[in-house]
Amino acid sequence: MSIKRTDPMVYHKEMEMIPSDLLDKVLKHVDNYDYFNDTKRDVEQALSKEQLSFKDFGALLSPAATPYLEEMAKKAGSETKKHFGNNICLFTPLYIANYCENNCVYCGFNCKNKIRRGKLSMAEMDQELKTIAKTGLKEILILTGESRHHSGVEYIGAGVKLASKYFSTVGIEIYPLNSDEYAYLRKCGADFVSVYQETYNCIKYEQVHLSGPKRVFPYRFYAQERALMGGMRGVSFGALLGLDDFRKDAFATGLHAYLIQQKYPHAEIGFSTPRIRPFINNADNNPNDVHERQLLQVMLAYRLFMPYAGITISTRERAGFRDHVIGMVATKISAGVRVGVGGHEQEDKGDEQFEISDPRSVPAVHQMILARGLQPVYSDYIRV
Amino acid sequence: MKDQLVIGGHPFNSRFILGSGKFSLEMVKAVVENGGAEIVTLALRRANLKGEENILEYIPPQVTLLPNTSGARTAQEAVTIARLAREINCGDFIKVEVIKDSKYLFPDNYETIKATEILAKEGFIVMPYMYPDLNVARALVNAGAAAVMPLAAPIGSNKGLCTKEVIQILVAEIMVPIIVDAGIGRPSQACEAMEMGVDAVMCNTAVATAENIPLMAKAFCLAIEAGRKAYLAGLGRVLTGAAEASSPLTGFLEE
Ligand code: SF4
Repeated sequence: MSIKRTDPMVYHKEMEMIPSDLLDKVLKHVDNYDYFNDTKRDVEQALSKEQLSFKDFGALLSPAATPYLEEMAKKAGSETKKHFGNNICLFTPLYIANYCENNCVYCGFNCKNKIRRGKLSMAEMDQELKTIAKTGLKEILILTGESRHHSGVEYIGAGVKLASKYFSTVGIEIYPLNSDEYAYLRKCGADFVSVYQETYNCIKYEQVHLSGPKRVFPYRFYAQERALMGGMRGVSFGALLGLDDFRKDAFATGLHAYLIQQKYPHAEIGFSTPRIRPFINNADNNPNDVHERQLLQVMLAYRLFMPYAGITISTRERAGFRDHVIGMVATKISAGVRVGVGGHEQEDKGDEQFEISDPRSVPAVHQMILARGLQPVYSDYIRV
Repeated sequence: MKDQLVIGGHPFNSRFILGSGKFSLEMVKAVVENGGAEIVTLALRRANLKGEENILEYIPPQVTLLPNTSGARTAQEAVTIARLAREINCGDFIKVEVIKDSKYLFPDNYETIKATEILAKEGFIVMPYMYPDLNVARALVNAGAAAVMPLAAPIGSNKGLCTKEVIQILVAEIMVPIIVDAGIGRPSQACEAMEMGVDAVMCNTAVATAENIPLMAKAFCLAIEAGRKAYLAGLGRVLTGAAEASSPLTGFLEE
């Protein structure tokens, strides 16, 4: 069977188009970014500055910065402390569904992958949320696979409403929406929206998103902006490191976040730094050239470029790595994670999206944070 | 007579106000003990009042709580947070913070004035965090503020008295206590602010990012006291030109 390939730059008719030039701006800078041109001197310059220019940010992401990792870490540590003190926010994700209409070649949820699909009923969701709330957590991230059909906006809205009964902060990581739909979810109690662009390289983007609405590159790119137009408090950014040239993708991610922040000064900005992981039916999926050293470099560059932004460290990374990056650069860590559908109270109803490396419970992560002289923070937001 | 700081009719012996937001909980206690602070801020959004980690257990009972409205983006949100603070028995003091800028965290003076007015009418002892400006300070006093809290520099920057000139004007013109909030990075800067005649200094990052936190708290405590004493003593003049002869040059004139 041959699939008709669609143009990834063309919106589907139900997709809202907003007047914004951020995409052009980001892509223009990324096109001009050649990290092989960055020298030690550029890195030293960047390290001596209080406010980094785009060029400085690029230098910190370049190979020339590799010998400066220790210095970057020291500076990032003091910036993190200045802006966040000792606080490390705790949260957990809850997958409420794993149906997906997209065919992303790097992901276990993709519609071509034969996995167990499921979605939680409202009663099941309530049970799960209650169980999680008992651990003391106050922040939750609701996730679905990307299927409007199986997990529609109404369904997600109902889940968010439930979640906001038990949690003071509700984040959502779902498929991109139109601004009025974000406004609706905001009303239901959602506070933060995460949408990961995966890669900012349009050609690669087209190659790895074979079919489904996710294939539309600009619609995804403008999701954060539409979320803020819908009244969300904050938005998160991330590229899937290792999918394409991770330096360019990290550079683009930073600029994207920076420009959004300029345009919406009230927006709270967050970064995630997922690397490619093995997943069901594809155990060899590996993060190419993004090893821990490179991953840390990206995190440090984000911190130095946007010192006030939150950075989340994923459960995809091993415990030892996570323990060392909190406080130095990361400000948010997940605990008690299950990446199947549900799975906190009852048997999970669907397979996992990827393998996690750090299965520690909330009390275990709590203890680890204290042992590092940091303060676990459960509640960082008040619903008014 | 004792030299006390009086805010909304409540007397305090210490002029060191501690922001607690950037400390580990058990640190708060150590810092209060070493710094002698009698007022400690509490971010209501952080307060985990029912869970295991209740910050109130770490703040000694003789200390006055100053809940703040951090997280509020509008006057209305600040008002709601203040009312919540009162409901959970945090007392009548409230530090109004309304911030719509997530990068520099500069306060929104306009919304702050509106919130101050509403809360003062409801009987709160309102201490607004402000971007230093004489007209705004006056408006805050007219709205019922019990003190005003101008920033010295961007929050967390440890840069010191960047807004010195304006703060000096506020000291001269505003009749409620002036508390320098945000930006003070060193004890010497706190001391300088106190010498200028501000009534109290609030610190958080400067202490929280020190290597020896309790010791830095002590240093701030002493510096604030020293600055206050110097202010009360009346600083000697600073000469700009040549040295002044101790027997006046005009002594030869006949009366
Ligand atoms: S990455 Fe998201 S959209 Fe793509 S297959 Fe996985 S769940 Fe679906």
